Parts: sequence; C-alpha cells; structure tokens
Amino acid sequence: MNFGLIFDALLVLPSGIGLTLTLTVLSLTAGFLLSVPLAFARAFGRPSLSFTVLAYTYAFRGTPMLVQLFLLYYGLSQIEAVRASIFWVILRDPFWCALFTFSLNSAAHTTEILCRGLQSVPKGVVEAARALGLKRLQIARLVTFPIAFRISLPAYGNEIVGMIKGSSLASTVTLLEITGMARQMVSATFAPYEIFIVAGAIYLALTSTAVKATQILEQRLSTDGTPKQRRKARLRPALPDHEITTPVP
Amino acid sequence: MRMPLAIAISIASLLAAFPAGAESERAISIATEGASPPWDGTDANGELYGYDVDVGRELCNRMKLTCSFVAQDWDGIIPALLVGKYDVIMSGMAITERRKQQIAFSIPYASGFNQFIVRKELGLDAGDTKQKVNLSTIGDREKTTIERLRSVLSGKAIGVLRSSNSEAVVKQLLGDVVTIRSYDSLDNLKLDLAAGRVDGGLADYFTWRDFLEAPGGSVAMFFGPELNGGLWGPGVGAGMRKGDRELLIKFNAALDAATKDGTIKALSLKWFKMDISPAVSK
Amino acid sequence: MGGFAAQFTVAFLVTVSLALVSGFLGTAFGLLLAISKGTPAARFKGVVTTYTTVVRGVPELLIILLIYFGGTTFASKIAGRYVEVNAFTAGVIALTVVFSGYATEIFRGAIAAVPAGQTEAAKSLGLSTLQRWLFVVGPQMLRLALPAYGNLWISLFKDTALVSVVGLTDIMRVAYVGAGSLRAPLTFYLAASAFYLFLTTITLLSIRLAERRYPAFGR
Repeated sequence: MNFGLIFDALLVLPSGIGLTLTLTVLSLTAGFLLSVPLAFARAFGRPSLSFTVLAYTYAFRGTPMLVQLFLLYYGLSQIEAVRASIFWVILRDPFWCALFTFSLNSAAHTTEILCRGLQSVPKGVVEAARALGLKRLQIARLVTFPIAFRISLPAYGNEIVGMIKGSSLASTVTLLEITGMARQMVSATFAPYEIFIVAGAIYLALTSTAVKATQILEQRLSTDGTPKQRRKARLRPALPDHEITTPVP
Repeated sequence: MRMPLAIAISIASLLAAFPAGAESERAISIATEGASPPWDGTDANGELYGYDVDVGRELCNRMKLTCSFVAQDWDGIIPALLVGKYDVIMSGMAITERRKQQIAFSIPYASGFNQFIVRKELGLDAGDTKQKVNLSTIGDREKTTIERLRSVLSGKAIGVLRSSNSEAVVKQLLGDVVTIRSYDSLDNLKLDLAAGRVDGGLADYFTWRDFLEAPGGSVAMFFGPELNGGLWGPGVGAGMRKGDRELLIKFNAALDAATKDGTIKALSLKWFKMDISPAVSK
Repeated sequence: MGGFAAQFTVAFLVTVSLALVSGFLGTAFGLLLAISKGTPAARFKGVVTTYTTVVRGVPELLIILLIYFGGTTFASKIAGRYVEVNAFTAGVIALTVVFSGYATEIFRGAIAAVPAGQTEAAKSLGLSTLQRWLFVVGPQMLRLALPAYGNLWISLFKDTALVSVVGLTDIMRVAYVGAGSLRAPLTFYLAASAFYLFLTTITLLSIRLAERRYPAFGR
C-alpha cells in the first residue's frame, strides 16, 4: 500500500465528483418527471396503455444498464437516419447520451416504484376526496400522489443510491467522472489498488449522504407518532436498523 | 474497509490455488489486446490473429516453449502482467521510459510510426502526410509542424486509446487546445469516428490504414506528418516482468535470430505490406 | 456471424454459471452473517454492519475492478506463493461480496419480522437453538424474505455484465468484441439485450412460482 499515491488520488479524484453528481441529479430529475405520468398510466390507465408502459419498464429493468448504454451510444449512432435527425445534437455528445440512457433507466425503475405506491393508496381516501367534490386531477395531485410518494420513499431512496453507483458506467463512454478519473489515474500510475479504494471511499460518502437524506425526508413526511417523536427518530444512525430493503431490481 | 477484502482473499486462495510453475519447461501465456489489426485482432470465431500473434508463435517455436495467447483490454494489460495473469505482452506496445519503470522489454520487433486522422467533412488541409517527424529530436522544422497541428486541430475532439502513448502525446502537444476522449478499445474509437462523434484520432499508422480502407473508414483521412520517437520510444517490444530475466534473455536471442534471417521482415510484409522490421542489431 | 453464434452459446453458459455460483455463495454468506448479527456478540455485529454498508454503498463496477486488479496481489501475499485470480474467479468473488451484502440485510430484516412470540413459544416447548432456527424461525423468515431476495437474483444477472469490463468472455463481452470487429453495434447489443431479458424473465417467473408456492404465513 503506497500512501503517497493514496494522497495523490485524494487530491485528483474529487474533481470527478461534480460530473458524477450532475449525471446523477439530472437523470434522477428527468427520470422522476417522466415516471409520474407513466406511473399513473401504468396503475390506472386502460389495459392497452398500462401494458405499453409495462413493456417499457420491463425491458429497461430486465437488461443491464451497461448494455443499454452501449446500445444507445454505439448502436443508435450506426443508423444514418438518427445521425441526420435533430436527436443527433444530443446523442452526439457522450455526456448527453449517458444522461439520456440513465434517465430512461431511472424512469423505468421509478415508474414501477411509484406505481406500487399508487396501488397501495387506500381506496377509502380516494372515495372520501371524491365525496368532497374534488375533480380527478385534483384528487391525483392533492391526495393520491402525495400518499403514494410517501409510501414509495424508502424504495426511491434505493433508486437514488443505485443511480449514484450506476453513474460510474459513464466512464465506459469516455466521460471523466469519479470512476473515469480513477481509471485514467490507474493508467498513468499502474497502481489500481490504492486509487480504486479512494474512489470507493468517495462513492461511499456520497451514497451514505443520500441514504441519510432520504431517511430524514422519510421522517419528516411520516405521519406516525407526535412531532417530537419524529424529531427524535431523525437522530438515529443510518442504514443498520433501516427497515427491510428491496434493492433496485 | 479491509474486512470484506480479507474475506474475499481467503476465498480467492481457496478457489484458485494454482501454484506458479517455475519449472524449466514451462508453458507461457502471451497477452494481446486483440482489437488493433493488423497488429492483433479477433476474428469471428474469437481467435486472435495478427502480426503480434505470428511473431509470438515464431519465437515460441524457436524457444521450444508451449505458448497460448490471451486477450486483455489495453488499460489493464500492464497491471495484469505484473500480478502474473500472463507472462508476456505482445500487443504492438512501444518501448517507453515510463513503461520501463514497471516492466522489462525485449529488443524491438517492429519500428512503427503514428499519425493523426480526421473526418473528411471538416475540410481540413492535411498538409504533408509523408513528412517524418521524430519527436525525440525537435528542431525548427518540427516546431513549425507542431504549431500548425495545434492551430488546425484547435477546438476539435480527438479520440485516443486509454493509457496509450498516443494519449500521452496528445496531452503533451495539444492538451490545452483539443478535447481528449479516451476509449477502452480502438474498435470503439473507430465506431465513433464513423458516426462523427469525434473529429479525429491519433494512433498507430497501420491501425488507421486498415480502418481507412474498411467500409466505415471512408469518412476519414490521414492528417499531418508521420510521428515517432518522443514518448513512443525506439520501437515496439515484448513486455515481461522484471524478475523474469531468464525468459527475457531467451526471447531476445530468438528475436535476434529471427530478425537476422529475415523471418521478422517476412511477417512484417505479410501483415503490414511494408517492412517495419527493426534494423538488424549489430 | 456463424462464429459469433457459437461464441454467444459459450458466453451464455459463462454468464449463467457466474450468476449461479455467486448467487449461491452469496446466499450462504448472507444467511450466516444475518444469523450471526442476531447473536449477542456486539463487536461482530458492528463489523457485519460496516461490511454491508460499504458493499451496498460502492459501485459494483469499482468492486470488480478492485478485486480483479488487486485480488491476485493480495491472495499471493497471503498464500505466500503465486495465486491466480482470473476474471471468472474475480467475478465470482466480487458478485458474491455484493450479493451477500444485500442478502444479509434482507435476511436480517426478515428475521426481525418473525414475531418474537414464535421464538419464545419454541423455547418454552424445549426446542434447541438449532431446532428453533430450522423448524420455527427459518421457514417463516425465508418466506418473508422471498420477494426482496428474488429481486436480488434479477440484479445479480444484470451485474454479471460488468465483469466483461475485466475481460471475462460473457454475453456482454462477446457483444462488445463483435460490435467492434464487425462494426455492427446495434445488432450485437440488441442480441445481448435479448439474452439478458430472457435470463431475467426466467428468474422472475421462478420467483413468482416460489412466492405462490410458499406465501408468507398469515398474509
């Protein structure tokens, strides 16, 4: 173990954090915005519509993101029509291409997560809202979605962590985020061990922060117990006694 | 941090306990990238072929060793040699000072050169593509050529192979004026050149010559002078672990003989259609 | 193209065996760690928690790169002689580590979800610790864990693709080489997607079948 190299890595690798976070935040945001209408369509839409959304989420959740990335990055660019189209402006750039893949992937996962949440919203609540004279869109916006979001939050937390980790795949299409920087450093120093450990520690810090943040949000949105109990619960340690986790499938 | 690794390593020792043979009649394995024809490529059956493979087989016959070839991605090719995944690297690898700090090299078995290519649609003036520039001896003429490269390529995206010398050269000469894109394999760089995602690339001349003649390669052309020397060093050699002195001596003897009797030249003509065999050592 | 069909067949078997070996090893480790976490030895509990936190917080790609490049060096140092960690072994170790990290948390959660009264009742009936795990806690816990555990297997089949980055000739690798050498990325990556979708579908169907066969008690 070479401590000089570890120190070098500690100085160099953080410059990749910006790109990792940009990719993660933008693809999570785009994925979330895309997934809200899709989740409603999947949960409450006509059978044909629901099935179409399922086909999309199934394909994206059933294949490795690395394959999706290469398919969109190298595969699409092979088609002349794509290169001639307006989309090429976006797909030409590795950053946008990676972002596009990650967003579609995240949207597929988030759709299923939110759909499960929407389906778990108690029927009585919706009926009560209807009895109060709320319109369909109002019910969706003010009643169904907030409850579904709260139910989905633990699973969505896993999606956030999954996306931080998944963004490391961007290194395979020439982007220099944390893993890309690490691989470039390894190619110059031939010392994979020290550098990958530092990269791992940086990711661990990022994912732990994300886990903690979702837990705080969960506590804040929680309706169990008194406000005092909820504040107290926020101070509990992260992860260990977290309730049963379903990894992002 | 260490805990999972300690577990992993104890499993590793259980799962894969193969003693390293230090016997005299050992079988050696040779790594090659398998993605840079005509140096080395992979055919549709997954078999490796090319100049590196042919020279390797020839030398093994002469040394009376049993050799097998394995494919290894470029950016891990030296670390994996160091930890003993294979014994020799023959992958069009230039002998450089930076690499010599890590591994030992045989005498050269080829003296290649490198060149930029750019996409034709950019309409750049290629300049004199037959001019030869040795980066080890930079005079006024070379300085003018480099300045011209810098001004014409300024603002372009240039693709290179990750952890190759070309990557280092582009960084050194053009790092402040171009966007460097590092690829895991040259095949992927070629796909992106054909698609127009990068404007140009720097790599070994023969890699480009094959590419430009292939169907997708008509979009690009050679650009600027033939480059060698500098970070590319004196030529292409076989890499071995520094501790493997016995193998290195055998290799050099076989290579020297094969160079002198013209075998290397014949293989060079077969694959490159040009003699790039190193000058016969005196 | 014909040569690649044969290569895909071999690669398919490599991917499947990689997943099966790491999945079963990971399950065994996960069970072991989850059970040991329930015991009073608090110091060990901290170690297990650190392990699962680290494994779940670091990208799988990085774990694979680390074990592939660092593995042989460390294994050789520990064994005192040269020990080879090839791409397959490195893949098995990395994916076992990842799988067990998640499986530990899933099993631990499931164990905690088994009502305490069950254990107490078993104790009062005079069952030994082993008998309690085998006949009372075990069966209930496994049924509770089944849905999350199934998702883990689907993730595992997808994660195997990452091992191609260190040169294992799996489905992804064959597609990668084929896409490059024949300049036909669309065909090859679509073929790879189909293979993976087939594998994850089979896994999903098996899990659904198991869930129907062994539903959680009292649900």
